[in-house]
Amino acid sequence: MSHSVPSRPQMDVQVERKFVPKQKDLGADVTWAKINKDVLKSLEKPRPVFWVIFFSALALFSFGVYCEVYQYQNGMGVSDLNNPQVWGLYIATFIFWIGMGHSGTLLSALLHIIHADWRKPIYRYSEAMTTFTLLTAALFVLVHMGRLWQFYYVVAYPNERWTWPNFTSPLVWDATAIGTYLTSSLLFLYMGMIPDLAICRDNARGARRALYRFLSMGWQGTDRQWANFKVAYMTMACFLMPLAVSVHSIVSTDFAVSQNPGWHVTSFPPYFVLGALYSGCSGIITLFIVLRYVFRFEAYMTQPILNKLIKMTFAIAMVWTYLDLIEYATTWYGSDEVAKADLVYRATGDYALQFWGMIFCAMVMPFTLLIRFVRTNYTTLLIISLILNVGMWLERFQIITPTFAKSHYPWLWTAGWFPSWVQWGIVAGSFGWFTMLFMLYCKIFPSVSMYEVKEMVHEQNMEEKAHATQTEVHEPGLLPEMEGGQA
Amino acid sequence: MKKSHTLALYADMDEAANALKELKSSGVSGFRMEDVVVKSPIDHPELSELLGPRPVYIQWFTLLGVLLGPTTGLVLIASAQASFIYQVRGGRPVVPLPPDMVLTYELFILSGVLMTVLATFVAMKLPGNRSPLYNASVSEDKIGILVKAEPQSIPQINEILGRHKPLEIMGDQAR
Repeated sequence: MSHSVPSRPQMDVQVERKFVPKQKDLGADVTWAKINKDVLKSLEKPRPVFWVIFFSALALFSFGVYCEVYQYQNGMGVSDLNNPQVWGLYIATFIFWIGMGHSGTLLSALLHIIHADWRKPIYRYSEAMTTFTLLTAALFVLVHMGRLWQFYYVVAYPNERWTWPNFTSPLVWDATAIGTYLTSSLLFLYMGMIPDLAICRDNARGARRALYRFLSMGWQGTDRQWANFKVAYMTMACFLMPLAVSVHSIVSTDFAVSQNPGWHVTSFPPYFVLGALYSGCSGIITLFIVLRYVFRFEAYMTQPILNKLIKMTFAIAMVWTYLDLIEYATTWYGSDEVAKADLVYRATGDYALQFWGMIFCAMVMPFTLLIRFVRTNYTTLLIISLILNVGMWLERFQIITPTFAKSHYPWLWTAGWFPSWVQWGIVAGSFGWFTMLFMLYCKIFPSVSMYEVKEMVHEQNMEEKAHATQTEVHEPGLLPEMEGGQA
Repeated sequence: MKKSHTLALYADMDEAANALKELKSSGVSGFRMEDVVVKSPIDHPELSELLGPRPVYIQWFTLLGVLLGPTTGLVLIASAQASFIYQVRGGRPVVPLPPDMVLTYELFILSGVLMTVLATFVAMKLPGNRSPLYNASVSEDKIGILVKAEPQSIPQINEILGRHKPLEIMGDQAR
């Protein structure tokens, strides 16, 4: 007996052959000459809002200087810093600025090593952000000491006065690590700028020309210079990656090696590094939107690049959230009853508002980045990025203040302590100082890397050329359709 | 004999590459490929390959930096700790190696970075004087081929460079 197998109905399946071009990071109209023209123009004529931002920052900075002078003349008492609240907003903001500084150079170096080309239009200002945030953070070390003239005690050097720095102290590690990071970041930023400074030199006049001539040091773009430059830049990127991780790990040891409740946590180093990356990425998004508008960088700071930056920020936010929850879980299930009481105090005590504010701003708000409207609307995104950084600042505040407020000794409890206006003034001044320096930098130096964006354009053109040739060889009929699709 | 220079500017990278290929295979006497320099707004590995090997030695200086930095750093820190003999350490070592590793590591990075930067400037001959044949358009969108040769060879070289649609040929004996 034979069974006849019913034959399948012959279906004429037609696969529609469509060429879906990958979304390009830069528009097709970007040429090498246009890059020079646009970036050089940004140094000459930004939008008028530049001056509004600059003078607002200057006013804020001036107020900060006034507060510092007032504190210097009247003593640390005016800041309300006293035992046990000896750090207050100063060290919370110090950590905030150090953290902000981490993403710029770290991400630039990381993305350079893995050849992620989308970093090219945005890495320059990110590195500048690192430099200026470190300079801002360094101010707080001086400000919180009160006695400014004795700052050299934190610098690790042996001297002849029998006052040897304690080389095993995290504070000395901190000063050395930050000094190393600042030096290396500054050199990384400067090295990467040399070819662009030569472009500025070739196009500027007067005092600017003299400045660029001095800083470009006679760069001519020869093949030997490029070959050496590429090796050196990659080598420095390889150094800066572990350096950045080490710096914020060391900052975390300021807390983690102490016995204070809430600080003696093993996961603090990665938690701090991720927190630094998180706030830094949010800072990069904020500056992306501001620079894009102020300096008319619409052709270079594009939506596809911003989208990648947002995805990275979201991923980092999730890892940071995980580490934050791990910190609470470790304390909750641990055997240190004082640490557990400190955790409960943070969530329910005098600083509960700051605690839950941090949870909302830094843990809940990142989920809004999943909404397409938020990602594509610059104003909304600017607000969200600022909220994320408010959350990260609150995180630093609630690490320090509640622990000092209710530590091991009940006679040192200072529940309800709140910083004085002098502290708030100096913190506000630091934001003015950073913004002022950063905007000044963008007005004097190219904040978009011209030669690296040219490399992007060159690679995009080569890819298109190679793709067109390949398609012509294998599927001659497809080419006109493709071209139509691209157009 | 004093050598002369000639600089040809190209708008197209393929033309510049063809000019280099022809120059290499021409057999013109009075110049060496080592004396040919390509000036461009970006790094062009495609063109550099045609120029022959141009080794980079920066990494050796980096290696020197990463060896000297931590060694010197650890010796300085340990000697400072060891010379302060009156400190009360409560039974712990006067020179505690694990915490000293933190500063040693920072000096490892710092020294490596500084030596790399120093070597880079030496290798790039910076700061340096600008060549008289520099043209600002090579920092914008043009590719320049600079040849140093005996004066009598320059006309032949200019002829080769001129066959590949240069925008301009500059130099003492330019057309």
